[in-house]
Amino acid sequence: MARIRTTVDGLVYEDDVEPRMLLVQYLRERLGKTGTVIGCDTSNCGACTVHLDGLSVKSCSVLAVQANGSEVLTVEGLERDGQLHPVQQAFHDNHALQCGYCTPGMIMQSIDLLGDNPDPTEREVREGIEGNLCRCTGYQNIVRAVQDAAQKMKPGAHAAPQAPQSVAGGGA
Amino acid sequence: MIPASFDYVRPTTVGEAVQALSDGGDDAKLLAGGQSFIPVLRLRMGDPSLVVDLGGIAELRGVREEGDAIVVGAMTTHHDVTRDELLGRHVALIAEATRTVADPQVRHRGTLGGALAHADPAGDLAAPTLALDAELVVVGPSGERRVPASEFFEDYFTTAIGPTEILTAIRFPKYTGWGARYEKFNRVAQAWSIVAVAATVKVDGGKITDARIGLTNMAGTPVRARGVESALVGQSMSEETVRAAAQAAAEGTSPTSDADAGSDYREHLARVLTGRAVLAAAG
Repeated sequence: MARIRTTVDGLVYEDDVEPRMLLVQYLRERLGKTGTVIGCDTSNCGACTVHLDGLSVKSCSVLAVQANGSEVLTVEGLERDGQLHPVQQAFHDNHALQCGYCTPGMIMQSIDLLGDNPDPTEREVREGIEGNLCRCTGYQNIVRAVQDAAQKMKPGAHAAPQAPQSVAGGGA
Repeated sequence: MIPASFDYVRPTTVGEAVQALSDGGDDAKLLAGGQSFIPVLRLRMGDPSLVVDLGGIAELRGVREEGDAIVVGAMTTHHDVTRDELLGRHVALIAEATRTVADPQVRHRGTLGGALAHADPAGDLAAPTLALDAELVVVGPSGERRVPASEFFEDYFTTAIGPTEILTAIRFPKYTGWGARYEKFNRVAQAWSIVAVAATVKVDGGKITDARIGLTNMAGTPVRARGVESALVGQSMSEETVRAAAQAAAEGTSPTSDADAGSDYREHLARVLTGRAVLAAAG
């Protein structure tokens, strides 16, 4: 067992984890953050994308112990005071989902992309989300939503991480 | 799937990491960015008793200039390589190839040293490392040694790194002012190269004065297209010259046949992509 201390969606958690525990398992099974989903067993699909210290990662390819001391932002930490994040709102407005399974990862990766490139071309959006697969092949509206969000949130796109609040005893 | 159990240590110096690796015996493995290794663990293709995480060793990260060389710490991420100003100016080929690796999420975590030590023949960074005549710095219990890229890649997934050694840095000579292009052929949803060509050329007054070309996935190791290099040097730059020289690209290769491509098709790709890569690099 290893002791880890991690800030997730603005709250600090401390837990003992087995070194083999994947970050996505920790988020889902210990913290109950099931908004982050597991879509594949090959690191291909990007459905489990979260931000680790401000950069998008596939949480199935990071060990929970590697997140010790780090800040994690999941799709569940985007909403502010009942207001959806502009990228979430744009996905809603543009009907950028069919089955919706890829949506959490698509949204997290799109926010990462817009933080880097606030006004991407269609091609840049497609390249920016190349690590995220939509098995329904509904890319058209996803790309449209990302460009719509870009227009509505100029300038600067990274969701400001919340200041850490009280220490919560993990989900264990 | 979930990996099998293992012990985990996160040393903060190279010396501690070498010690942990030696103490751990045959079943100890190094974790760099984890973008190949963690999937290997999850698919239970590997079952180490001890994982030594190199992520806590600050000295293994970053890019610096040392005289005639640009030195990249082995734990420098792909993301950082693509944005590094020194590499962009002096070693454009490695930055260019790194932009094509996997996807943004993987580039945020994956590292240059991890990719080279993994030595997947379809990986994109070995061919430019070979073409650029890089040196690989390896540290073990008896100290440091430098391995030329031409001796580093031994076979599929096999390098000259010993069982108790760690790749700590990659030293690139400067190619300031050279043009560079990594031309890659892959399935869209899979960023692994079916074949790719790493080319960097120096053009002076309309003549090609020097050229370095490496091939990805044309054998178990990266291959240098020396026949093309010598056919190009001294020639006037023209599409015809380049296409003619590129005909030698598949010489000395031994490409595999698999679900993506037969070996004869890979040879064809090597010739076509070499022509494109050199023309783009020179243009």
